Amino acid sequence: MSTSTTTPTTKKTPAVDAIARSAARDKVLLGIAAPVLAIVAAIVISSLVFLASGENPFRAYGIMADYGHYSDSQVWIINKAVPYYLSALAVAIGFRMNLFNIGVDGQYRLAAFAAAAVGGAIALPGALQIILLIVIAMLVGAIWSGIAGLLKTTRGVSEVITTIMLNSIAASLIGYFLQDGRLAVKDGNLLHTKFLPESSHFFSFPAHPKPVEGFVVVAVVAGALYWFLINRTRFGFDLRAVGASESAAEASGVSVKRMIVISMLLSGAAAGLVGMPTLLGESFQYGTDFPAGIGFTGIAIALLGRNNPAGMAFGALLWAFLDRTGSRLEFEGYAQEIVGVIQGVIVLCVVVAYEVVRRYGLRLQQRKVGEELAVLARTGDDTNGTGAAGNSDKPEVTA
Amino acid sequence: MANHDIHLTVRRGTVHALCGENGAGKSTLMKILYGMQKPDEGTIALDGEQVALHSPGDAIARGIGMVHQHFMLADNLTVLENTVLGAEKLHGIGAGARARIREISDAYGLNIRPDVLIEDLGVADRQRVEILKVLYRGARTLILDEPTAVLVPQEVDALFDNLRELKSEGLTVIFISHKLGEVLSVADDITVIRRGTTVASVEPSRTTPKQLAELMVGSELPSPETRESTVTDVEMLKVSDVRLSATDSDGVVRTVLDGISFTIRKGEVLGVAGVEGNGQAELVEAVMGTRTPDGGTITLDGRDLSRSSTRARREGGIGYIPEDRHRHGLLLDAPLWENRILGHVTERPNSKGKLLDLAGARKDTERIVAEYDVRTPGIEVTAASLSGGNQQKLIVGREMSHHPKLLIAAHPTRGVDVGAQAQIWEQIRVARREGLAVLLISADLDELIGLSDTLRVMYRGRLVADADPAVITPEELGSAMTGAASGHLSASDDSAVAQGGGEK
Repeated sequence: MSTSTTTPTTKKTPAVDAIARSAARDKVLLGIAAPVLAIVAAIVISSLVFLASGENPFRAYGIMADYGHYSDSQVWIINKAVPYYLSALAVAIGFRMNLFNIGVDGQYRLAAFAAAAVGGAIALPGALQIILLIVIAMLVGAIWSGIAGLLKTTRGVSEVITTIMLNSIAASLIGYFLQDGRLAVKDGNLLHTKFLPESSHFFSFPAHPKPVEGFVVVAVVAGALYWFLINRTRFGFDLRAVGASESAAEASGVSVKRMIVISMLLSGAAAGLVGMPTLLGESFQYGTDFPAGIGFTGIAIALLGRNNPAGMAFGALLWAFLDRTGSRLEFEGYAQEIVGVIQGVIVLCVVVAYEVVRRYGLRLQQRKVGEELAVLARTGDDTNGTGAAGNSDKPEVTA
Repeated sequence: MANHDIHLTVRRGTVHALCGENGAGKSTLMKILYGMQKPDEGTIALDGEQVALHSPGDAIARGIGMVHQHFMLADNLTVLENTVLGAEKLHGIGAGARARIREISDAYGLNIRPDVLIEDLGVADRQRVEILKVLYRGARTLILDEPTAVLVPQEVDALFDNLRELKSEGLTVIFISHKLGEVLSVADDITVIRRGTTVASVEPSRTTPKQLAELMVGSELPSPETRESTVTDVEMLKVSDVRLSATDSDGVVRTVLDGISFTIRKGEVLGVAGVEGNGQAELVEAVMGTRTPDGGTITLDGRDLSRSSTRARREGGIGYIPEDRHRHGLLLDAPLWENRILGHVTERPNSKGKLLDLAGARKDTERIVAEYDVRTPGIEVTAASLSGGNQQKLIVGREMSHHPKLLIAAHPTRGVDVGAQAQIWEQIRVARREGLAVLLISADLDELIGLSDTLRVMYRGRLVADADPAVITPEELGSAMTGAASGHLSASDDSAVAQGGGEK
């Protein structure tokens, strides 16, 4: 073993320092480059879409900015973003280990339905009822996604297939039970479960004209927990290792199958929360008009936010903003579908921009490492030993 | 990896060897010659004419072909189909192509059978198919990237006969290798690259492997020799009667490990020789716990680990240098300090309780980088940006930092430059002196003979022969690896004699 006491760190020359500094600068620049590139590209392409449909893009942006500026819009956007964000979290847990949980949609609907059915049937005092309903929802979501996890580990069935099929099964199950005489009551044209008792109503923050739902607190806590779990715990490291390289994780001692089941369960449990803000804060029953499709929106937002808790929060708010202000465009004579197009364009731009920047960054880094080593080789070679045991290096032979 | 001031002149009709550390810029130079990367400055001239190579297509059009270290063949297609794939326009895909393949095969003595499936071919045959593919596309200059890494000595000789044949037909061969003895035996000219620049051009007749290695590293080298015995009589790893069968892609159940038994004592290096694919990888996986054997027991330091998880085995004191560091040893896109955590996430300094200790892991990574001479600008760069040798030094440093009782070293110096190789050997030797037991799997017979205290030969899932590394030669070992000899191999006879089973 080399017994050289000078470490490479202390041996660095000004030239190396300069390279290291420029590498740090590049890292910051690259970090900013990706979102900027994505936003610019999304605006350019969206404008082209507006122009192609014969409309003035800048007028549209003006309308959207103006409408989003009203306080009722802002409350609406926040309330809408909460389930979006929870759904994105559920998807992101899977994404971090290369699992594609398309079934968040079925998971949260079945979970909300189960919670609504139980909640309508019993009335526990105070917070107990709320806690019980949330636990039930998370359990049902976890069981539903856990089926996919078990099928993947025991039978090798792709979770993409099973979760999407479980979505259909969940819809059918709900449809079966949500009938008069089973678990539903008829209310005009609608069928819904019995109303939850007063004790099940989640708190809210008073605002004008409508309150901000208290579940925003749960969303923030869930995001913080997600960050902590992934980045600061052994479990999170194992999870990320599986996502980065299943074979290396396996060799490092991670039981990949166990991780698949656990992360599917976690993903499903998070999915179980998605319907809760609506159930406990707004509708107080599960009916045929219960919002559907948030699970798929979550996929787009997880992509948009790069599985990063803050990024996804931004993505969820942006999505809700587009939902809200897009509806306004309709009144101003724009095509109804245009917002969907913009949302799709944004997701594509983000995914492409980040991948482009990531690859560029990797290449840049490899070049920097090479440059730096070359500088070290030319200047600090004699003392920065080549590691041959106990030998002091001879003067270099140069050609 | 930056190259600067590279001067390389290759004469037509010669075998030109290129030696250098990984990270010296050898692969970058090859990529430039093959048109995969563009040089910032400088020129390439082919037959006196200056050329610009923008893509491998350009290179192929100008008669430059590359045989990669990792074969690029489709297993379920025949030799003919693999050859014409992507070059259908040349001679079609039928009789014309077959005739041309026969012609090339005869001209250079490649012994190609066009209608055999690739999956039925051995490593050496596959390599010949790769060479054929390049020739079929009209190459006059062949670049071979570490072609001997996967071959046993007899196959290497056959390959060199092929290369001489190519040379005599006026073709030019650029040959990259770490095995200096081989370089000296086959090359007409040798160019040494060190840290991105050409440091010497030598003639094989006027240099020795030692001088060549010193040119590459820039200092004197130790050899793998490790004669003073540190073997104690304390049993560290005991593997008894381990059996494993696996289902291959055709659904046929094959026995991969058949009654494997051996003991490694404290301070002992047990070397397992064998042609790749004879069960060495499965043996390692069985000991690591990533594969569950059908039967048999594995005991480490008196503890039965046969049913333990991989993590429990690692915590119990098994260090692991995997054969394929990219697939099993590293998270390539993760920074170095996260790679330092990999495999030891439950141990200090990487974690406290259930939580990661990021500061501890980072600090210890700095230490490993300094102590094990990992050449990197810092610990935040990704593992992928390091050269192979430096990646391996990081892995060795990581595994050694947890003071293992048993080290499983599978091809520990494969694809690693001479300098790093010497360091890794030295680290194994130091640890062995301190009582480490080592299970060494290697295709480099010099390494096996030099480092091991005991040698076993693995053939078709069985330990068929044992040998004393003090007296055995690579040739004798090589013939046992092909199944030609079994029992105790003694050096006194030319051919090995069978003396009962492989057990002591």
